[in-house]
Amino acid sequence: MSTTATTIEHAAPPHAGPRTFIRRLADGDAVAHIVTLIFAATILLITSLLVYELWINSHLSRAKFGFGFFVTRVWDPVFDNFGAAPFIYGTLVTAVVSLVIAIPLGLAAAIFLAELAPRRLSDGIAFLIDLLAAVPSVIYGLLGIFIVVPLMRTAIGPALKSTLGFLPIFKGPNYGVGFLTAGIVLSIMIVPFIISVSREVLLTVPREQREAALAMGATRWEATWQVVVPWARTGIMGSIFLALARALGETMAVTMVIGNDPKIVTSLFAPGYTIAAVIANEFTEATGDLYLSALIELGLVLFLMTFILNGLARLLMIATERGGGRHA
Amino acid sequence: MRKTAISLLLLMLVAATSVAVSGNMLLNAAGATFPYPIYSKWFDVYHSQHPDIEINYQSIGSGGGIRQLLAGTVDFGASDGPMSDEQLAQAKFKILHFPTVLGAVVPTYNIPGVSGTLNFTQKALSGIYLGTITKWSDSEIAKANPGVKLPNDDIVVVHRSDGSGTSYIFTDFLSKASDDWKNKVGKGTSVNWPVGLGGKGNEGVSGLVKQTPDSIGYIELIYAVQNKIPYGKVQNAAGKFILADLAGVTAAAAGAAKQMPDDFRVSITNAPGPTAYPISSFTWLLIPARISDAAKRDAIKGFLSWMLVEGQTYNEGLSYAKLPKTVVDKEKKAIALIQ
Repeated sequence: MSTTATTIEHAAPPHAGPRTFIRRLADGDAVAHIVTLIFAATILLITSLLVYELWINSHLSRAKFGFGFFVTRVWDPVFDNFGAAPFIYGTLVTAVVSLVIAIPLGLAAAIFLAELAPRRLSDGIAFLIDLLAAVPSVIYGLLGIFIVVPLMRTAIGPALKSTLGFLPIFKGPNYGVGFLTAGIVLSIMIVPFIISVSREVLLTVPREQREAALAMGATRWEATWQVVVPWARTGIMGSIFLALARALGETMAVTMVIGNDPKIVTSLFAPGYTIAAVIANEFTEATGDLYLSALIELGLVLFLMTFILNGLARLLMIATERGGGRHA
Repeated sequence: MRKTAISLLLLMLVAATSVAVSGNMLLNAAGATFPYPIYSKWFDVYHSQHPDIEINYQSIGSGGGIRQLLAGTVDFGASDGPMSDEQLAQAKFKILHFPTVLGAVVPTYNIPGVSGTLNFTQKALSGIYLGTITKWSDSEIAKANPGVKLPNDDIVVVHRSDGSGTSYIFTDFLSKASDDWKNKVGKGTSVNWPVGLGGKGNEGVSGLVKQTPDSIGYIELIYAVQNKIPYGKVQNAAGKFILADLAGVTAAAAGAAKQMPDDFRVSITNAPGPTAYPISSFTWLLIPARISDAAKRDAIKGFLSWMLVEGQTYNEGLSYAKLPKTVVDKEKKAIALIQ
């Protein structure tokens, strides 16, 4: 609203007449308004079309399985019995594992690049990180197969078993492929997003904030951790949600290293499956109508999950902002 | 600048009309990925011999091929598994099956300390994939491999994660080898595997097997031959252990051809005959029985006749087994059914 007010102020003197529609067009403001509105509406239209298509085409499966689809643990294309539970579980577990690894790593790297590293070094590394974000996921999948999987079987897995083996998540046979491997590969893929965005956000924190903290007698680390990082909290969280979205939807790299076995197992060494992976794997050869419909419903479930997680993230962001920190 | 743009447009227009005028026939087809290498070779050679006929084949998978054919968006389809009665009943028009080439699936394994070729009984393979045989030293495996020192280690089972004709052939064989398998798991391009890890594609399965000690997986014969991956012998219906090769696959087809139904929808896994390799299958082209466009009809019939004779000579170069003569003769007669 404030923008309209300022436009009137600027536009009024030269024309000095009643603001007709034509004049508003001539000013360019109305044109810009309409054009940008149309583009913004397109996003909404595409999203709703997507949901509509998924909803209509999953009709058969929704009618047959109802809410049971979310809790059924069987995925049997031969006997037409489908449930999404193992895939939802796998998608969540791999996303959580990847965030647990990527958040500390990404945040620490971003703080170093923004606060401690010389500017030239920081820019150079930031350029390389942006390159990493653009690498196709199948490349990360290959990296996973040839490096992470053997490492997991011969080094990481045994090391975890001997130290943290008493935890249920590190029990059971270790094949090299599984939830943990998929999580590690995913974390490598999403860490560039966290570093790149967080670094930019940290760099926008006004210098006065730092100087004020230092003037109060804070050490450099205290100024960074207690003033600069809280100031940039919203942006950093934004980078994490971006990373989460990528982790939830990643297909190729995950299917290459997760073992593709739709089971719900506590052990992170066990093979699992994710929603995106099963859709990519089975869609082309899905012959039965119900089978196809169930796969499409999985797509709907993934959409719903992304929607809910994003909503929760927004709520979390609002809650932390209310808690102060940023404006302290 | 504008001049060049206009002349470029004109040039494109001329090019477009000249294509239309020369009367090129473009046939669209879609389906199975397994026979894609030989199909693209055939369509390419056929086009060079008949420049006016071009066949555009999308290897989107058997399921996609069947769906597109039913929707009428392609002129013909291709599938690694025959269409079910249910699917045929759904179709608005009659669909004919034409076998084109044969494929086979072989077991590949990685057991540290075992280098020779292992023999697999039908019970052993179905037991391993059902999860009832869990150790390499199991007596069912050991009795078929006298003199081989098998470790007392857990078997790591690997299967395909993507829906595929390879899985269809393999599970079709297991369904015949074991009633337990038939009732609990069944056959399909994707099934509810009782045990094991899933690898994407032949390369995914063979990669997992290569990397994981004490593992077993199944891959296409062609893939094993081209990548020089060793594989095991499988016991056939006559009780003999057969190492898969193209001749054994054709022998299986010939053995099954005696009971070949008129619509060619037949499974040749576990075929009779002492030399028949038991895990093999036809792959089919799916052709509408009624094609209203006469030019298109003639083009498709012409290609089918060519495929059955000259086309078959390209098979072995690409490691596909040839159709047995009895099947070729029967198919030649069936071409007349396309009207």
